Amino acid sequence: MSRVVDLLRFLGGQVVNRVWRLGRASRFFLAVLLKSGAALLRFPLLLREIWFAGVLSLIIILVSGLFVGLVLGLQGYEILQRYGSAQALGTMVALSLLRELGPVVAALLFASRAGSAITAEIGLMKATEQLKAMDMMAVDPVARVVAPRFWGGVISMPILAMLFSSMGILGGWLIGVVFLGVDDGAFWSSMQASVDFRYDVWNGVFKSVIFGVAVSLIAVFEGYDSEPTAEGVSRAITRTVVTSALAILALDFVLTSFMFRGMP
Amino acid sequence: MSNDNFLVHIENLCFDYDGRPVLQGIDMRIPKGRVVAIMGGSGCGKTTLLRLIGGQLRPTAGSVRVANEAISAMSHARLYAFRRRMGMLFQFGALFTDLSVFDNVAFPLREHTDLPEEMIRDLTLMKLQAVGLRGARDLMPNALSGGMARRVALARAVALDPALIMYDEPFTGLDPISLGVIGQLIRRLNDALGATSIMVTHDVQESLRMVDYIYFISEGRVAAEGTPEEVRASADPFVHQFIAAKADGPVPYHVPAPDMAAEFLGAAHV
Amino acid sequence: MKRSVLDLWVGFFVAIGIGALLFLSLKVSSFSGIDQKNAYTVSARFDNIGGLKAKSPVRSAGVLVGRVTDIRLDAETYEALVEMRIDSHYVFPADSFAAIYTSGLLGDQYVGLEAGSDAEKRLADGGNIKKTQSAVVLEQLVGQFLFNKAAEGQDTP
Repeated sequence: MSRVVDLLRFLGGQVVNRVWRLGRASRFFLAVLLKSGAALLRFPLLLREIWFAGVLSLIIILVSGLFVGLVLGLQGYEILQRYGSAQALGTMVALSLLRELGPVVAALLFASRAGSAITAEIGLMKATEQLKAMDMMAVDPVARVVAPRFWGGVISMPILAMLFSSMGILGGWLIGVVFLGVDDGAFWSSMQASVDFRYDVWNGVFKSVIFGVAVSLIAVFEGYDSEPTAEGVSRAITRTVVTSALAILALDFVLTSFMFRGMP
Repeated sequence: MSNDNFLVHIENLCFDYDGRPVLQGIDMRIPKGRVVAIMGGSGCGKTTLLRLIGGQLRPTAGSVRVANEAISAMSHARLYAFRRRMGMLFQFGALFTDLSVFDNVAFPLREHTDLPEEMIRDLTLMKLQAVGLRGARDLMPNALSGGMARRVALARAVALDPALIMYDEPFTGLDPISLGVIGQLIRRLNDALGATSIMVTHDVQESLRMVDYIYFISEGRVAAEGTPEEVRASADPFVHQFIAAKADGPVPYHVPAPDMAAEFLGAAHV
Repeated sequence: MKRSVLDLWVGFFVAIGIGALLFLSLKVSSFSGIDQKNAYTVSARFDNIGGLKAKSPVRSAGVLVGRVTDIRLDAETYEALVEMRIDSHYVFPADSFAAIYTSGLLGDQYVGLEAGSDAEKRLADGGNIKKTQSAVVLEQLVGQFLFNKAAEGQDTP
């Protein structure tokens, strides 16, 4: 009997704890937005964070995009071939990348590459009292440290997602046209005919902006909220990657059901 | 002495951390232009006291007044305006790891002034010269020894010529030479800037050599106070234990525990 | 890292980002093609629209001239009412003919417009296309074919 009570108490505590953290994260998000003015106006600060979040993620994004495109090309060709419509390979590769794989996989990679790095950086600054020191110097750490990192991530994410999709399409082209002999003209023209810029490309970019906001917020919040010890920071990094992945996939479902409902 | 001769007034200051009392009624007055040491064992709430003076924590009861203004009653903006006139040296320096030595010292100047870059450069190099590290300006913090990092942090703390400088354990983890260097620097900078310094430490010998006044804190209260001469001559058992570094005394060696005989023999009977 | 090097890298990053956007917009996708402001709406009734959907293309002589915007069922006549927006660059006679075709054997369906011969009256905004031909439904076609074959078999013993 007491075991059941203990279990219920434990579960209840977990739920309350999650809701409590969600509330803190929301308040933190509001504070970051309110204190973003200076960060957006001070260009060198923002530039450093775009470099940190975006440029340093370039290699992994470009290489992964290429490989995902190669695989899509191979698998897509194999399936389309059965129905004698291998010329639709371009359409298939482009649509799956632009609508889903580009934004989602790029965001997952971004969370594990840049998100974890942002959490680690802020967490270590907290653990070594750099944030407290800044506060004592009358410089608000949320405005000076958190806000530029947040916006650096939000700006980098859609650029990375577009690069991922572009590399993937080139990978699909490489496999389909160069190695498997799909007609070059058919590959591009079937793609162009059925991919709509506003509907497919723009919705994908919009998705990646939302993912960028979510991942960047989770990363800066976990860093800022971490326990100021070595284990605390490493736990925060793990939480960033796990929470980001869940948030990306859940948001993707919600966004997809809004964007691509009942459309051709 | 009249009120105006004191920069910091602390009255009946109490602070609880998660329901555990840390400070239980501290009274202190820090005179202008002096270097005051606050001493006590590890974990007695010395650092908490500094953070209460700096306004990073709010007291549970009592008040801290700096320049006759209550810190805990200030708005965020007012507190930030006040902190521009305060400098604080953190325990391990807390240098910004992504900025070079030069940029660390220039940080407060860049954040709080609109000075042209040449003037910031000159001011920064002057501060670095004062701590003897003008030649290390391009190093990153991870390339500095503990003593050098502490000196850079000191240069950063005084970059805006503060009226009140606080030091959190400035001597921890330093070799004897670095320790002496930091001690002299604290004294020299205080006198050169006409500032007031509060130093939290448990290094007795170095403090007795360089400070003007000492407060001893134990169990959340001021246990003793006095000038270095008074402290050396003191017959107070607490002060005596602290200065002579004795293991047992008013500060007990043993954590309170049940009677030893009862515990060991009792365990054998089970 | 020197500031100028950092600037260079971020500049490079943004530049290839813009490059990717240009690639996606020019090489990979096309705009809907129809400027929604400079277009007019016409409607047509079909007995059966097959697999036609909103946003399906409207073509004339194979050229994209508009998009289907709305499909409803007329509750009284049980006909499908298809609304489409046509680019105002293209003007059609009032007696034009609309049919639903399939691109390729298994491709998407689209509305084909064939210009009529009325030189006086034009299709205007809110206009209605009278002459229509429904979609060819594959099952019906196959059924008809089998029926005809069976009939042939009876004729020639």
